[in-house]
Amino acid sequence: MQFDRRSFLQSAAAISALTATGFAGRAYAAGGEIKLASIHDLSGLFDLYGKPMDQAVILALEEINAAGGLLGKKVDQVTYDTQSQIPLYTQFGQQAALKDKVSVVHGGILSASREAIRPTLDRFKTLYFYNTQYEGGVCDRNIFCTGVTPAQSVEALMPYAISKFGKKIYTLAADYNYGQIISKWVAYYAKQNGGEVIQTDFFPLDVSDFGATIAKVQSAKPDFVMSALVGGAHLSFYRQWAAAGMKSKIAMASTTLGAGNEQVVLTPAEGDGILLAYNYSKELDTPANKAFLDKWQKKFGDTKPIHELAVATYQGVLLWAAGVKKAGSIDRMKVIEALETGISIDGPAGKVTVDPKTHHCTLDVHVIEVKGQKMTVVKSLAQVPPKDTQSVCDLKANPNDTKQYEIKI
Amino acid sequence: MDFVSVVIIEVLYAIASLALISAGLAVVFGMMRVINLAHGEFLMIGGYAAIVSVQAGINIYIAMLVVAPLVVGLLGLIVERCVIQFLYGRMLDTMLATWGLSLLLTGAVTMIFGNTTTGISTPIGGFSIGAYQVSGYNIFILVAGAALMAAIFLVLKTTRLGLVARGAMQSAEMTSGLGHNPKRIYMATFTIGAALSGLAGGILAPLTGLTPTSGGLYVAKAFITVISGGAAVVTGTLSSAGLFGALTQLTMLASTPVWGDVAMLFAAIVLLRLLPRGITGRFFTRQV
Repeated sequence: MQFDRRSFLQSAAAISALTATGFAGRAYAAGGEIKLASIHDLSGLFDLYGKPMDQAVILALEEINAAGGLLGKKVDQVTYDTQSQIPLYTQFGQQAALKDKVSVVHGGILSASREAIRPTLDRFKTLYFYNTQYEGGVCDRNIFCTGVTPAQSVEALMPYAISKFGKKIYTLAADYNYGQIISKWVAYYAKQNGGEVIQTDFFPLDVSDFGATIAKVQSAKPDFVMSALVGGAHLSFYRQWAAAGMKSKIAMASTTLGAGNEQVVLTPAEGDGILLAYNYSKELDTPANKAFLDKWQKKFGDTKPIHELAVATYQGVLLWAAGVKKAGSIDRMKVIEALETGISIDGPAGKVTVDPKTHHCTLDVHVIEVKGQKMTVVKSLAQVPPKDTQSVCDLKANPNDTKQYEIKI
Repeated sequence: MDFVSVVIIEVLYAIASLALISAGLAVVFGMMRVINLAHGEFLMIGGYAAIVSVQAGINIYIAMLVVAPLVVGLLGLIVERCVIQFLYGRMLDTMLATWGLSLLLTGAVTMIFGNTTTGISTPIGGFSIGAYQVSGYNIFILVAGAALMAAIFLVLKTTRLGLVARGAMQSAEMTSGLGHNPKRIYMATFTIGAALSGLAGGILAPLTGLTPTSGGLYVAKAFITVISGGAAVVTGTLSSAGLFGALTQLTMLASTPVWGDVAMLFAAIVLLRLLPRGITGRFFTRQV
């Protein structure tokens, strides 16, 4: 074997490069190898929802890393801003899966954004957590949904509202898939509790003048109004309702108010007395919630932006971490199987358990009354299962299912 | 009977609010033939001006009726001096420029206030007619709309200023020959049109709450009303607002807001097919 200067230099360089990567590799393994993608709208129309969700990821990971990380490794966050544009979800989903090779994606807000990113992550076999309250029915082994679905929130809200206000209900809902589906659930649970929906009206998202509607509601004389109105334009309904002096005449409940902290935008006179149902309220008087609020305050300086979706995201990251710990691996199938053992965590909003057949969550639901811009808990239901999705979805029997079912009621 | 009076109030209110959002555009488009695509943003900024003033502790009526029109009038003056004055008679260029302006204003407001809903409460409570509750603020809008229309009518018809303005719109050269400077008349007219938009934005702000993109809600309705109304500022706006307001509101009461908008657009299409120059192109032709 010839050994000239050039080949010596080459092999020396190769060896030193090898050792260097060897060291670097070890340092890297100790430093951080697990990557988590946070894909949320941090600017644009939905940043009110998205920003606190991303902050929740930051907070959860800081805690996980402070406690020594997962499997002895640090968890790194890769943040993507989808700018409230649906096509960016597909693009960043691909980037996270192929270029950044993340172990899990947390993200998505509107149902449309979820349906944009879900097939992408299915195809590239990257685990996905969707941490938003939504209309229910997604049945896919690669996704875990940690928010409340209609059967959980409406089921809690309806009996309380009917016993408090009366049996005749007038439903006002936003005119897209969420509003259409939730209004069916409202009718269903009204019947279950001896009530009756006398009329349902749908409103496009840009309607902001409700004068005619308020007159119509009065002529129908319901005992209470059920609102599933969504977004900034619809917020004017609550103002106009109060301005007409209707607050003292006809009561109101809502499935949507408060999810983006709308109760703070309305004055106490406009918001007081409206009944809601959610998994989380800042007013929850538990040690876990107090600790959570303290941590958030320390990290971000202001607890005002916290809302239902942010807490669901926080709990989603904790659930994923528990899954990884149980699996002892970040391999996608192993983590899914670990989560499917019905794993549970204790979050700020109480115990959250993965429902193995649907990949949705069983969690506490609280009936809430708006009082002085705060969400006061008036009744708590422990561990409510996602019955709606359970009625259509069984991933144990059909592990290859990837559909979103429209639940027939 | 109670229900009938509630319906009448709602219909009159719908007409008044259409007239309010269209008044500024009617002056600018009807008199100067300037298509101001930033009209919706003028309304939106008027609304923000009112909300910010109220939050700063100013009386809500002063905020709506004085601050909002002043702010937007000033904005209109700047816009006219910097952009519009170079584009008179060039309709397509004006459209493009004002469209760009609308995007700019939306973006600027987004940067200042964020892309969220801002709002204040209405200053007037409700009252009851029999078994029905009616918003007192709707009555206020009704009165404001009527007063505004009357004021524009009186200014155009009875004052020397109005006479000169109408003259300049009919024949700029002739007015110039009589010793008036048409450029200054255009400037003043555009500024007043902008101030009217600001006033409307301020008055409507407590009712709906605002986002930086709220302008889009107004601009289509305002254009449909003004173009269907035809050239006469007051008569045109009132006749088309009356027609569309009543139609929309009655359809809405009978069905849903979706059908209300459908009815309005359908009526506008039929109307413009039959009367291509608007209502005042055929009827009330000698009115202002």
